[in-house]
Amino acid sequence: MAAVHDDHAHGHGHGHEHGHDDHAHGPPKGMMRWLTTTNHKDIGTMYLWFSFSMFLVGGMMAFGIRAELFQPGMQLMTPEFFNSLTTNHGLIMVFGAIMPAFVGFANWQVPMMIGAPDMAFARMNNWSFWLLPPAALLLVAAFFVPGGAGAGGWTFYPPLSVQMGMGMDMMIFAVHILGASSIMGSINIITTILNMRAPGMTLMKMPLFVWTWLITAYLLVLVMPVLAGTVTMLLTDRHFGTNFFNAAGGGDPIMFQHIFWFFGHPEVYIMILPAFGIVSEILPTFSRKPLFGYSSMVYATASIAILSCIVWAHHMFTVGMPVTAQLFFMYATMLIAVPTGVKVFNWTATMWQGSMSFETPMLFAIGFIFLFTIGGFSGVVCAVIPVDIQVQETYYVIAHFHYVLVSGSLFALFGGVYYWLPKWTGHMYDESLGRLHFWLSMVFFNVTFFVQHFLGLAGMPRRVPDYALQFADFNMISSIGAFGFGLSQLVFLAAVVKCIRGGKKAEAKPWDGATTLEWDLPSPAPYHSWVTPPVVK
Amino acid sequence: MSSKAVATLLGTLAIASYSGMGMAAADPYQLNFTPPASGIASQIYDQHIMLLWICLAIFIGVFGVMLYSLLNHRKSKGYKAANFHHSTTVEIIWTVIPFIILIAMAYPATKTVIAMKDTSNPDITVKVTGYQWQWGYDYLVGEGAGISFISRTTTTLDQRNNKAPKDEFYMLRADKPLVVPVGKRVRVLITANDVIHAWWVPAFGVKQDAIPGFIRDAWFQADRVGTFVGQCTELCGKDHGFMPIVVEVMEPAQYTQWVAQQKAQSAAAVVDVNKVFTLDELKATGEKVYAGNCAACHQANGQGIPGTFVALDGSKVATGPKAEHINIVVNGGKAGSAMAAFKHLSDVEIAAVVTYERNAWSNMTGDVVQPSEINAFRK
Ligand code: HEM
Ligand SMILES: [Cu+2]
Ligand SMILES: [Cu+2]
Repeated sequence: MAAVHDDHAHGHGHGHEHGHDDHAHGPPKGMMRWLTTTNHKDIGTMYLWFSFSMFLVGGMMAFGIRAELFQPGMQLMTPEFFNSLTTNHGLIMVFGAIMPAFVGFANWQVPMMIGAPDMAFARMNNWSFWLLPPAALLLVAAFFVPGGAGAGGWTFYPPLSVQMGMGMDMMIFAVHILGASSIMGSINIITTILNMRAPGMTLMKMPLFVWTWLITAYLLVLVMPVLAGTVTMLLTDRHFGTNFFNAAGGGDPIMFQHIFWFFGHPEVYIMILPAFGIVSEILPTFSRKPLFGYSSMVYATASIAILSCIVWAHHMFTVGMPVTAQLFFMYATMLIAVPTGVKVFNWTATMWQGSMSFETPMLFAIGFIFLFTIGGFSGVVCAVIPVDIQVQETYYVIAHFHYVLVSGSLFALFGGVYYWLPKWTGHMYDESLGRLHFWLSMVFFNVTFFVQHFLGLAGMPRRVPDYALQFADFNMISSIGAFGFGLSQLVFLAAVVKCIRGGKKAEAKPWDGATTLEWDLPSPAPYHSWVTPPVVK
Repeated sequence: MSSKAVATLLGTLAIASYSGMGMAAADPYQLNFTPPASGIASQIYDQHIMLLWICLAIFIGVFGVMLYSLLNHRKSKGYKAANFHHSTTVEIIWTVIPFIILIAMAYPATKTVIAMKDTSNPDITVKVTGYQWQWGYDYLVGEGAGISFISRTTTTLDQRNNKAPKDEFYMLRADKPLVVPVGKRVRVLITANDVIHAWWVPAFGVKQDAIPGFIRDAWFQADRVGTFVGQCTELCGKDHGFMPIVVEVMEPAQYTQWVAQQKAQSAAAVVDVNKVFTLDELKATGEKVYAGNCAACHQANGQGIPGTFVALDGSKVATGPKAEHINIVVNGGKAGSAMAAFKHLSDVEIAAVVTYERNAWSNMTGDVVQPSEINAFRK
C-alpha cells in the first residue's frame, strides 16, 4: 500500500531491554517507567498484560462454574456463590479481558499503521490505563465483603440487583471506572486517527484494522455513558429511594433492560468490529493477495455499527412487548446478518486464488471465520422471535455468544498477537507452540460449546447451578472441554513468554505478504517510531 | 422448488420425526426441541427445522468454496496468487440474495408472532405469580374460577446435596401442578411478587417474563393430555434453578372432576378466622409453612446464612414484640431487602409460622399468635 522511509528508525533499538538513549527518547527504568509512561507502546503492553491477567481470573471463575456443573447435584458451592461466579465471569471477561485487549492492540498498532509518532493525548492515555487496575480490584474484592460479590447476572437486572449487598455497589463503581477509561481511550483513538495520519493516507487508504477501531470508538463514546447512567440509577434506587425501576414507586423494571441493552447490543459489536479488523489484516497477508472488497468492508462495518443501535430489544423478546415492537426488532436484527454476511463472503473471496500459507495467525483467522459464522447462524436463529421464545435464557444463547465472543473476538485477538509479536518483540514466536495452541483451542472450544446448543434446545435454562438428570452427559462433556480449553491457554502464555525472551530474530517484515506501514519499521519497533511521518502514495 | 414446497417437505419430515418421539422418558441425547404439544409449539418446531436447513445450505456453499480454496490455493503447492480485489456485480449479488433469504425466514415467523400475541377469547384464565422461589396459580375466569394454590418443587435439599438419590423427575416435578383441560384456550396472566421470573413451558411454546408490578399475558392450547414441564428462565436469586413449572393436561371430564375436588377441599379448609388454636397445633402447621417458604433462606435450623440471610434463632424480631414480627412476614423487609412479603399466605398459615418461629430452636417466648390477630393486622 505504501512506499515509505523512516529516517528516525533506531535500527539498533531493543526499546524494551536497553532503554538506550536516555534523556531524549529512552524510558525511565523500573516501576516508574510503567507508572508514568506516555508511550503508546508501553501503554499497549500494559493493556495487553492486564487483559491477559483478567482473562485468567475470569477463566478461573469459568472453571468453578463448569466444575459445579460437572455432575447433577450441588457439589462444591452454594447457589449464591455460583451466581456470583457467573455474574463476575461475564463482567470480567467483557470489561476486563476482551475490551482492554482491543485497546491494547489499538495503542500498539494504530499509530504505527497510520504513520503517527504516538497517540494524540499521551498523558490521558496513561490515565485511561491506570484506571483499570482499581476497577479490577473492586470487582475481585467484592468477593470478600459481607454478602459476597454481585450475583444478579452481568446484566444487573433490577429488582434482583437491588436485593444484593455491598458487593453490588462495588460492581457498579467498577463499571463507572471502566466506562470512564473506555471513553477516554476512545476519544484518544478517534483524535489520533482523524488528525495524525501520515501525509497521503486518506481515510479510504487506511488499513481496515484502523477503520474498524475508528467506528468502534464512536460506538463506545455513544453507549458507555448510557451504561454509566443506568447503573447510576440503579445505585440511587438501592440507596436513595428513587424507585426508577420499582413499580411500587411508579418506576418500571423493564425500563432498566431497555437502557441496558441500548448499551449492550452495540457493546457486542464493540467487541467484534476490531476483531473483524484484525482478521482483515491477517487474511490478505497470508493469502498474498489484497483484501477483497475493501470499500464494501468499510461500508459493511459502518452499517453494522448503525444497525447495532436499533436492535437492542432482541434481548428482551420475552418481556412482553407489543407485537409491532416485537416485529420491528426482529426485522432490524435479521438485517444485521446482511452486512455480516458480506464480510464473510469478502474474506472467502480474499482467500480464493490466493497463495496461502498457514502460519499460526492465519490458522486463527480461518478458525475465526469458520466458528464466527456458526455463531452468526445461531444469531439469526435467535433473531426469529418464535424460535427465540424457546431458546431465550437457555444454554442455546450461551452457545451463541461464546461462538461469537470466544471463537470470534478471542480467536482474532490470538491471531493478532501471533501476527504482530515479531514486530513487538523483535523475535519470531515458536511456530509449533503456536500451532499447538491453535489446535488445542479449536478442539476444546467446540467440545465445550457445541453441545450447549443441544442442552438449550432440550430445555436447560442458563444461570442454574444444577440440572435434571437428562442433561448430565452433555454437561459433563462440556465441562471436560472447558477444562481442556482453559489449560490450553497456558500454551499461549508459554509461546508469548518464550518469544519475548528470545527466539529467531525477526526481520522488519517477517511476513512476505504484509503491506501495511508498521512493517516498514524495524523489528522490534523502536521506542519512538514515525517521528518523521512516512509519505503514503 | 418454491419456498412453500420446501417448507411443506421439511414440515412433513419434521412431523415424521417428532411424532415418533412420543412421551418416552427424557432422552439424555435429545438434540432438538421438546416434542410440541400445541399448535404454536409445532409451528416453532418447524420454523427451527427450516432455519437449520437454510443455514446448512449456506454453510455448505460458503465453506465448500473455502475448503476448495484451502486445499488448492496454497503456496506450498506453488499456486500463484491472483490479484483481483473487488467486483461490484458479485458484491451486489451477495448482498441481495441473503436479503431475500431473510424475507423467506421472516414471513412465517411474523405470522406466528401475531398468533402468539393474540390472547383473545380464552376458555380459562389463570393468573400466574412468580415468588422467590415458587409459583402461585389463581384461576380467575372459566371453569375452575376461584381455585388458588402455590406450586413448589418436590426436589428435596437432601437430593440436591447428594444425600438422597435422584430420579428422572429430579428438579422437574411440583407438589401441585397447574391443571388445565386439553383442547381449551388457556390465557395466563403473568406477574411476580418480588423479582423478575419467567414462566416457560417448552411443549406449548410459551415463555413470558413475570414482572413485579406489571401483568403480561400469553396463551396456549394443549393438543394432548400429559404432564409438561418447564423451568423458571429468568435469574431470580439463589434458588432460581429450583422452581419448576409443571402443567397437567387432562380430558375435560376429568378436569371437571378435579375442579369439584379442589372446591370441596377448599371449602373444608376454610376456617373461621376467629377459631382459636393451641400452641401445639400452630407449631405443627407452622413448621410445614416454614419448611416450604422460609427454610430456603433462614435454613431449617433457623441459623440463616451468615452475611447473607439473618438467623431467626435468637433474633430480635422473632423474640421481640409480636407486631413487628407479623409486619415483616406480611409486608417483607425494608425496601431492597431480600426478605419478600408473604401476604399471599392465609391468616392461619401466617399465624402458624409466626408462632412456630417464636417457639422453635432456642426461641422460647411461649407466644401464641392466632389467625384473628393476622386478620386484624391486615385491616
Ligand atoms: C449475525 C449476527 C448476530 C445476530 C443476528 C445476533 C442475534 C442475537 C440475539 C437475537 C440475541 C438474544 C438471544 C436471547 O437472549 O434470546 C443475541 C444474544 C447475544 N449475542 Fe448475538 N447476534 C449476532 C452476533 C453477535 C456478535 C457478533 C456478538 C459479539 C461479539 C454477539 C453477542 C451476543 C451476546 C453476548 C448475547 C447474549 C447477551 C446475554 O443475554 O447475556 N452476537 N444475539
Ligand atoms: Cu444483541
Ligand atoms: Cu428464576
